[in-house]
Amino acid sequence: MAEVFANATQILEPFRGVKKVTIEEYFTSGHRTCQGCESALVMKLMVKAAGPRTIVLGATGCMYVANTTYYTTPWVVPWMHTQLGSSGSAALGTAAGLKALMKKGKMKSEPINVIAFCGDGGGADMGLGAISATLTHKEYNSLILMYDNESYANTDIQLSGSTPYGANTTFSPPGKVRRLIHTRWKKNTAAMLAAGHTECRYVGTVCASYAVEMMNKVRKALSIGGPTFIHSLDPCPKGWDYDPMLSHELGELAVECGVFPLYEVEDGVVRHYGKTKAIVEGRPRKPVREYLLKQGRFAHFTEEDLEYFQAKVDEMWNEWEIPGVIPFKKAPAGK
Amino acid sequence: MAVETKTPAPGTMATDDREMLISGSEACAEALTLADLDVVTAYPIRPYDTVMQAIAKKIANGQLEAEYIVAEGEHSQFEIVKHASTVGARVFCGSSGVGWMYAMECLTVTPPLRVPMVCMVGNRALDDPGAFGVEHNDALTVRDLGWLLIWVDTAQEMLDTTLLAYRIAEDRRVFLPIAISADGAFLTHSQAIVQVPTRAKVDKFLPPYNRGDLQLHPDNPITVAPQANEDWVIEIRRQNNEAMNRAYTVIEEAYADFRKTFGRGPENPWFEEYMTEDAEVILMGMGTISLPFKVGIRNMRAKGMKVGLIRPRWFRPFPTEKMVAALQGAKAIGVIDRDYSFGSPFGSGVVANEIRAAMYNADKRPPLLSFICGLGGREVTLEDVYKATDLCFEAAKSGKSPLKTQWLGVRE
Ligand SMILES: Cc1ncc(C[n+]2csc(CCOP(=O)(O)OP(=O)(O)O)c2C)c(N)n1
Ligand code: SF4
Repeated sequence: MAEVFANATQILEPFRGVKKVTIEEYFTSGHRTCQGCESALVMKLMVKAAGPRTIVLGATGCMYVANTTYYTTPWVVPWMHTQLGSSGSAALGTAAGLKALMKKGKMKSEPINVIAFCGDGGGADMGLGAISATLTHKEYNSLILMYDNESYANTDIQLSGSTPYGANTTFSPPGKVRRLIHTRWKKNTAAMLAAGHTECRYVGTVCASYAVEMMNKVRKALSIGGPTFIHSLDPCPKGWDYDPMLSHELGELAVECGVFPLYEVEDGVVRHYGKTKAIVEGRPRKPVREYLLKQGRFAHFTEEDLEYFQAKVDEMWNEWEIPGVIPFKKAPAGK
Repeated sequence: MAVETKTPAPGTMATDDREMLISGSEACAEALTLADLDVVTAYPIRPYDTVMQAIAKKIANGQLEAEYIVAEGEHSQFEIVKHASTVGARVFCGSSGVGWMYAMECLTVTPPLRVPMVCMVGNRALDDPGAFGVEHNDALTVRDLGWLLIWVDTAQEMLDTTLLAYRIAEDRRVFLPIAISADGAFLTHSQAIVQVPTRAKVDKFLPPYNRGDLQLHPDNPITVAPQANEDWVIEIRRQNNEAMNRAYTVIEEAYADFRKTFGRGPENPWFEEYMTEDAEVILMGMGTISLPFKVGIRNMRAKGMKVGLIRPRWFRPFPTEKMVAALQGAKAIGVIDRDYSFGSPFGSGVVANEIRAAMYNADKRPPLLSFICGLGGREVTLEDVYKATDLCFEAAKSGKSPLKTQWLGVRE
């Protein structure tokens, strides 16, 4: 009986339309994120999708510091902090603890969702090793969600491995002599994890501008079993420097310009979603300048910078084996 | 390799104990099996990895049912068990030397989170220069972090202490992590006959881990470790300190119960005294350094020299009053550190500084001499012991302590 449980997950059917989404909230008032913070919305939708039988672990970052102030908490489900680089370990340890106790009859058997989240600093930089390791432990069910606001936001907006090329951050301020301090191209975190962990059954990208799709990907990741990973692009009014009212619009633009493609890799099969799917099928992408120039962090960009940025995004779409997913170049024709 | 011996040794052994010829690390693994561990993580570093090799074999053979996770580094190893413990699992992990340091961030967060995990430090010198031999600086780094910290000396003590550690750590009055220090090679790798009790007896001594209202579970939707800052941090530190203070009582109770249940174990949990009753000079050192010192003391006693040894076990909490009382009769004290604290008062080792601090309020303050020896696993010779003792007798005569710390057995 207990053994049967060992790898069972909750079966979370997709919400078929926004009106079918449950009303219950498991991330409520009591937090103090910035106005227009998309990451806070991601937290709310993520746990709404998961439901009440869920444990959430959160790595250090805005979604820890701004969300859980001692003696207040927005979390209705059990929640625990974990170290900046430990979202992977927290997911693994929690899942292993539950499994051991249920298997040995020390705890009532039932599938409990385990979700660990991290920012891009904690996920794409410091915690990458632990996330990678967790994605190889296929006997433990968990979801790691990396909310990517493209900077170490909580410590005052420093650049991370996930910060876009050229962005103005407190660690990469434009100066009189060096206009661009940060000239590294953003890591392709979701694809890197999907490509390198052959037994991980689900890796997806989401953007909360497309809320139902986002929640359904969370539900799929939790239902499918084993360790899974979701990468969410989260506009951050403070770090990106725009009117908080525009968060959703910026998320949509990131997708429409092809900067952040929406896809999932399920059991090795790639599927594109929404506007991204349309782009793959031939719809033209919007120019990246529409996206970049709405944000103060790119205000110092020259025409050349914009062109370079556009060229890199074009390269991703024209030369990569799977647009926006796996950065291996297609073999030249005839070879 | 563990060898089970057939004939039980005469003497103290309870009739239903098994006798095994095993190393210190294997003794630890035996205790973990008896404690019905739930989640264990492993990452290689000598000499600690021998425990994990023994555990892995037990799990492979079906002697222990536990989630066994080979992590990708010590940092993860400690975080995995920390989180497993918060959902109510009994956990174990450990490390040595630089591996212990790599996990340092995670070591700092377990005490304030009140995670009663039990860990082993197979003491090892810190790199660079690379060395596999014993030094105590690795474990001593958690000295001020709220961990309970104990040094063991024999394989038997390793087994017994591991059982005691769970009992003490998981007592709701304490709920703090424990690091058990075992000297690399001298204890982790050396075999001795060990009495292994039955599971039934262990079950009587060690109740199941109950995390109570601190358990992270959908039925108990608590928020653990929110941001506190200046609003509450000092109160949380204070609670940690109160738990450390309560550990004094819990430790004494646990040892008393251990003796009742298993028919062995020390009367005095805090430190071992060897030929100290009439000793004019008391030497002091933690861990397996006791061996050359006990031999040296026997030889010196045969010549009529009144010298004895105190081997501290518990370092945190520190048994201040008992230690001071035990040292009141001495005319000189010689503290031998297998560690160092560069630039500390008189350039002493950590234990010497600690004993000096404890003695400050004592009625009698005999001269205290500080020695450093055996670093990096260097053999401690009888000559070292005699030299330290001679210097102590000189100080006893003059009533003055030479403030300079002596490094023993060093090529000058
Ligand atoms: C080991 C460690 N190093 C540095 C910090 C300081 N720190 C706290 S929050 C944070 C930023 C985390 O950035 P990210 O993961 O991107 O999350 P965000 O703040 O953007 O939500 C940092 C660097 C820390 N808590 N731990
Ligand atoms: S800095 Fe950005 S991520 Fe952090 S709370 Fe504000 S909007 Fe959200």
